[in-house]
Amino acid sequence: MIENAAYFAFACFALAMLMNLWKVVTAPDIADRILALDTMFINAIALMVLYGMALGTEMFFEAAMIIAMLGFVSTVAYARFILRGNIIE
Amino acid sequence: MASLFEFLVAAFLVIAGIFGIVGSYGLIKLDDPMSRLHAPTKATTLGVGGVLLASLLHAAVFEEYVSVHELMITMFLFLTAPITANFIAKVHIHRQETRETMPPAGEDDHWATHDTPEDEEQRTAGRPDAAQ
Repeated sequence: MIENAAYFAFACFALAMLMNLWKVVTAPDIADRILALDTMFINAIALMVLYGMALGTEMFFEAAMIIAMLGFVSTVAYARFILRGNIIE
Repeated sequence: MASLFEFLVAAFLVIAGIFGIVGSYGLIKLDDPMSRLHAPTKATTLGVGGVLLASLLHAAVFEEYVSVHELMITMFLFLTAPITANFIAKVHIHRQETRETMPPAGEDDHWATHDTPEDEEQRTAGRPDAAQ
């Protein structure tokens, strides 16, 4: 049962990531593009945790944590660059 | 008892998958930029929360170790999601909206994020601490 549920979740998040990629390419404005990239980061975290659970290792949690931090910092940096033209003033 | 936990883990995984896909579908489906902001930041955080809960339960029940990494990731995501949403909304406000197109700001005549240095001077002019 868990295996099938995990496959379902894998498929859902993979499809979600593809839709985000589509949005990154076709977004009308830069705010939408930042939003799609941020969502992609979050979906990547979910995929990594799922993969670690499927393999039964703890190793991927560190990777997921690092991706979470990088996602936050890069989203804020991108938004700040658009707002101010500079990241660290 | 084990089958109950098995069902619980599977249910969390299915719920998480549905939330994840709904959030990303909302991103391409919704028309208004600010509604688009709402769909992924809320639903995807719930989706990741479901995956992390399932992983936590799975590790505790079937692999017999307690892991706190999931709680750390969940906490980090829940703390940072509003901040990123705020930044993206500000990018939208400054690129797409002007003072005139924004909704009414209550007792002030415009929102503080559209302040210019002249507004700042005008507001602090009558106050005794405005000398510096």
